[in-house]
Amino acid sequence: MRKVIMGNHSLSYGALLSRVQVISAYPITPQTQVVELLSEMCASGELKAKFINVESEHSAMAALIGASAAGARTFSATSAHGLTLMHELLHWAAGARLPIVLGNINRAMAPGWTIWADQTDSLSQRDTGWIQFYCSSNQEVLDTIIQAFKISEKVLLPSMIVLDAFFLSHTYEPVDIPDQVVVDEYLPPYKPKYVLDTKDPHTFGGITSPEYYYEIRYKMEMGMRESVEVIKQAGKEYGELFGREYGLIEDYRCEDAEIIFITSGTAASTAKVVVDELREEGKKVGNLKIRVFRPFPFKELRRIIEHAKKVAVIDRNISFGHHGIFAQEVKSALYNHSNIPVFGFVAGLGGRDINPQTIKEIYHITESNEYPSEKVFWIGVKK
Amino acid sequence: MRLSIPEQELMTPGHLACQGCGATLAMRYTLKALGNDTILTFPACCWSVIDGPFPYTSLKVPLLHMAFEATGATASGIKAALEIKGNTETTVVGWAGDGGTFDIGLQALSGAAERNEDFIYICYDNEAYMNTGIQRSGATPWGAWTATTPVENFNSIFKKNIEEILAAHRIPYVATASVAYPEDLVKKIKKAKGIKGFRFIHIFAPCPPGWKTRSEDTVKLARLAVQTTVFPLYEIENSEKYTINIVIKKRKPVNEYLELQGRFKHLKEEHINFIQENIDKNWEKLLKKAGLI
Ligand SMILES: Cc1ncc(C[n+]2csc(CCOP(=O)(O)OP(=O)(O)O)c2C)c(N)n1
Ligand code: SF4
Repeated sequence: MRKVIMGNHSLSYGALLSRVQVISAYPITPQTQVVELLSEMCASGELKAKFINVESEHSAMAALIGASAAGARTFSATSAHGLTLMHELLHWAAGARLPIVLGNINRAMAPGWTIWADQTDSLSQRDTGWIQFYCSSNQEVLDTIIQAFKISEKVLLPSMIVLDAFFLSHTYEPVDIPDQVVVDEYLPPYKPKYVLDTKDPHTFGGITSPEYYYEIRYKMEMGMRESVEVIKQAGKEYGELFGREYGLIEDYRCEDAEIIFITSGTAASTAKVVVDELREEGKKVGNLKIRVFRPFPFKELRRIIEHAKKVAVIDRNISFGHHGIFAQEVKSALYNHSNIPVFGFVAGLGGRDINPQTIKEIYHITESNEYPSEKVFWIGVKK
Repeated sequence: MRLSIPEQELMTPGHLACQGCGATLAMRYTLKALGNDTILTFPACCWSVIDGPFPYTSLKVPLLHMAFEATGATASGIKAALEIKGNTETTVVGWAGDGGTFDIGLQALSGAAERNEDFIYICYDNEAYMNTGIQRSGATPWGAWTATTPVENFNSIFKKNIEEILAAHRIPYVATASVAYPEDLVKKIKKAKGIKGFRFIHIFAPCPPGWKTRSEDTVKLARLAVQTTVFPLYEIENSEKYTINIVIKKRKPVNEYLELQGRFKHLKEEHINFIQENIDKNWEKLLKKAGLI
């Protein structure tokens, strides 16, 4: 069924089709419609799930940790201050190896108060042990939720589905909403191996000495590494059933490209338009969208940009005192593998537009310099 | 003789509590009252250590350790998962210290109480943050020494009235209990088990290192707390029906209770009189609420 829906509702439909059993959330702009629609679905009986109206995001995540440990498939959505309030429990969910799925609408952090797009909220959570997907279309959001449950339940790590505030959350696009029967075939019910069960009692998450903790973290890292193949497999199987295949990255006209943009989120869609325009002018340029940020797609990234002369990383985020975060990560992925100059650009913070002109400016800076003259270029700063 | 307390032990002896720990008695009786079909969740507190280090546990029921401020929400989630899976039998218990209840956990507790979540919240109260080394909590009594309220500047804030805070949420059941009165404790836990909705039980649980008392005095102190009405045993049903379970006719002077504890050693007579006055006032208020005067 095709329907014109907003990005937020893509999250809701994704959760519905995944047959989530416990939802717990707290409102924050621009996330509210996600859970409003889900609460309606629960109330009408369309979705057979418990909806817990908690008093904070911290409690929303705590409730899901409890519910997931007790064997339910769980979902929440949040944004910015909500996500950062959850921070402690994001670590907890991953450390407890619970396959919770969370939608996060990328919104900039205050002060000053703002509700507009910026990735620093979710990228600040990169070391919590969550798998992170950055989506560029409403279709991708819906499809990724369903895949995320499959992936998370296999590797026992939680997943965060990330989309830009307003550029996606509030934009209406036609979305193919798959058939429940086929989704059921793709995503069987959550059957945890270890669960809170009074017939088989176990203690979870107790005090752990240095003798064990280290190995538990090692296993988490192994789970993360294993997820690379699991994500690929899940994306491929999804393609076979629904006709839309997904990978860790999405490359666009990169085969013979000399300059490759590295983008994420909605900036990736704009970059693709710019790539087409520049190609018209005879420029050899391509776009590489990082869809999965954790686990970081080292191999895929290196393979795609191998033949390029330069890469331009566009970051809608900043790690103060360093670079944009994607640029840092790309550089670390290339270190010891390639000498391709990496140009880092920060743009679009706090909802400033990243439009075709912005990306063209980025292209020209990259094209006209042999090596980056600055550690990081801030695009469009009013002086 | 017919025993009123179940013989079944769901807590093993190999735990890590200090000698004379009131919190272990509280757990032991609670589990006897609840039986096997119980799921527990703990936040950070002494009990996160008492239970034992991974891969060991001293409890024979499933347990989920959680973050310090999260008990009310975590238990809500566990209950929701059981219900959606069709299990309405298992009792879910959020078990937290006074810090995790009166202070950092109050928000999640209030949220769960307001939603009238169907689980039992038990606070074992040792009147300070013991796990981190005896710092003041919202349950620390007026006059007490703690590591953050040294004798020169002893705690001069009154203990939060957590029962009234919970009762104001219109929950079906609020009760106080004491490790010195196990029959009463077990009876209340069993009663709570039979009620639907949010149930709050506040168990008085002395702590020898935190209170600077002798291990063998734990039960004696807990009993004196009731006999002096420092910690009266009562219930509040549906936020209005007050029942005092052990009505103390001849109340003991508070000094009998205070003098056994190192944490009150610095108090002068005027302080003790002040404490006595306050206890008298509180007791009178409670008698009124229970319709006894
Ligand atoms: C967010 C957070 N802050 C602080 C701590 C440190 N901490 C662990 S237990 C504890 C005190 C617990 O006190 P209480 O709830 O009274 O239980 P008790 O240890 O006395 O049994 C504190 C402060 C923590 N674990 N998490
Ligand atoms: S410090 Fe107190 S509450 Fe904690 S284990 Fe020891 S006696 Fe029990």
